[in-house]
Amino acid sequence: MTLENQNYITAICSIRNNEIILDGKLVFKTETLDFSDFSKKAYQHLGISYPKFFKMDNLSKLAFLGAEMLLQNEQESDMALVFANRSSSLDTDVKYQKSIADTANYFPSPAVFVYTLPNICIGEISIRHQLKSENSFFIFDAFNPQLMANYADVLINTGKATKVLCGWTEIFNEEYNAFLYLVAAEGTLTHNKHSLETAYNE
Amino acid sequence: MNEVFITGTNCITPLGFDVTTNIDNIVNGVSGIRQHQHLTKMGLPFYAAAVDNAELDKAFAAISSESSYSRLEKMMILALSPIVRTFQKPLNDKTAFILSTTKGNIAALENTDGHIESAHLSQLAKNVAAFFQFSAEPIVISNACVSGVLAISVAKRLIQSGMYENAFVVAGDELTEFVLSGFSSFQAMSDEPCKPYSKNRKGVTLGEATAAVLVTSNCENAKAKIIGDGSINDANHISGPSRTGEGLFRSIESAMKEAKIGPQQIDYISAHGTATPFNDEMEAVALNRLHLQNVPMNSLKGFYGHTLGASGLLETVIGIESLLQNKLFQSLGYDESGVSQSINVIEKTSEKNIQYFLKTASGFGGCNTAVIFEKVN
Repeated sequence: MTLENQNYITAICSIRNNEIILDGKLVFKTETLDFSDFSKKAYQHLGISYPKFFKMDNLSKLAFLGAEMLLQNEQESDMALVFANRSSSLDTDVKYQKSIADTANYFPSPAVFVYTLPNICIGEISIRHQLKSENSFFIFDAFNPQLMANYADVLINTGKATKVLCGWTEIFNEEYNAFLYLVAAEGTLTHNKHSLETAYNE
Repeated sequence: MNEVFITGTNCITPLGFDVTTNIDNIVNGVSGIRQHQHLTKMGLPFYAAAVDNAELDKAFAAISSESSYSRLEKMMILALSPIVRTFQKPLNDKTAFILSTTKGNIAALENTDGHIESAHLSQLAKNVAAFFQFSAEPIVISNACVSGVLAISVAKRLIQSGMYENAFVVAGDELTEFVLSGFSSFQAMSDEPCKPYSKNRKGVTLGEATAAVLVTSNCENAKAKIIGDGSINDANHISGPSRTGEGLFRSIESAMKEAKIGPQQIDYISAHGTATPFNDEMEAVALNRLHLQNVPMNSLKGFYGHTLGASGLLETVIGIESLLQNKLFQSLGYDESGVSQSINVIEKTSEKNIQYFLKTASGFGGCNTAVIFEKVN
């Protein structure tokens, strides 16, 4: 195993514009605009049965739905999770800040506070799919294919993971954009900055 | 594969604005934790380790006359400043800038009306990067309480991949109403200075700090070599650790495998030790599973409180001093063991030849990180 090993993108899922697309095929579409409603309808349509979903914040719901699409037939448990977005957990942070802004109605809730960390969505996916594996959450101004590609490659090529689930999961104020993909040592679509950029912009 | 080293270190904490002053205070058993009355709007007294505003402004004025920086940005710039100054090479695209934090400028949410741009972590990173004119796009890591030590791991991995030759790493978090109220809502705050691993521990004391290191493939002036790491999730619970310490166990195992060393070779463990009942117990279980229960270990939370995203990097900076000075620092606040399995908590600062040390951290979301450092002879 060397650092120069070529890895491959084996599956891609995007969740944006009221649509879930898996490997170029439309899986779910609705007319709803806001994410809260969209995510609920998607959950029902996909026939998922996981009551914890309804306790999650929107960032975790978004990441969870993407992971459901890509991991439904996946057997590999040595699967690293490398996620990133622009707004961190600000979608929930703003809600939490409102709950403590007024000293007369000062009501910090532990159930909300725990979601004021972006990596909680990785924890939710790890629990759902029992992935006791490498994980990290990055923040960038925009999807950063170069860094994501290098980091996933180094995890596989140094033996820290067999496969990597990568995700750009951006959400703030009901506006969302998720792009998730699987990276493995074998496949047909070359894993590099260029193919990620192309797939992201499709 | 590239070897990776740490060459420069610094920290800005309630115990001092350079490493030497921090170590002097630790050796003398001085804690940064005090009782505060006015840190929150509710005005309730609680214990925390806070950086003095007047001292911070004075120190910052000595390096810049710019007044637009937030408090956290000033602390981060001060932590990086001496390390960047001694770096003799151009800050080109082969030099990464990695910033780790849990909440960054979250205090900005208190004052803005709908304009949340300044609370964005990428904006914080841009502001700090611009001060030093780093040219590479900043990399921000926000992975709960393992962020600071995970940043070292990420720096090492990206240097191994050949993407960078050097990485300036800064980690920081500040005391805010946001975080204080959140930990209170979990009933996790201690009503006295925290006592990690003690039978009498009552929970977390929060703190604030920044720390910075230079991670590089150039061994010149190296303080320590990074020889193994792992960052593995418990897959158990989002707001509590696994009772079996599964993720921490696997993280340390992964780091030892890469480092090609066994538990008997590790001379010192700089552990997480938040002083919550579950965390400390989980660490004791994981260390026993790995046969590391006899290795001298400490938590520095009794000195600094829990500085969240800063803690892993700050404790690494102090751990590197243990390595260089062959000194084990006392785990302040510890008296009687309060965990179910035997561990070797350092009760008194003492001398010991240290060749390898292990740094660990665990956090919300089930995350854990372990990194092993080797002395450079």
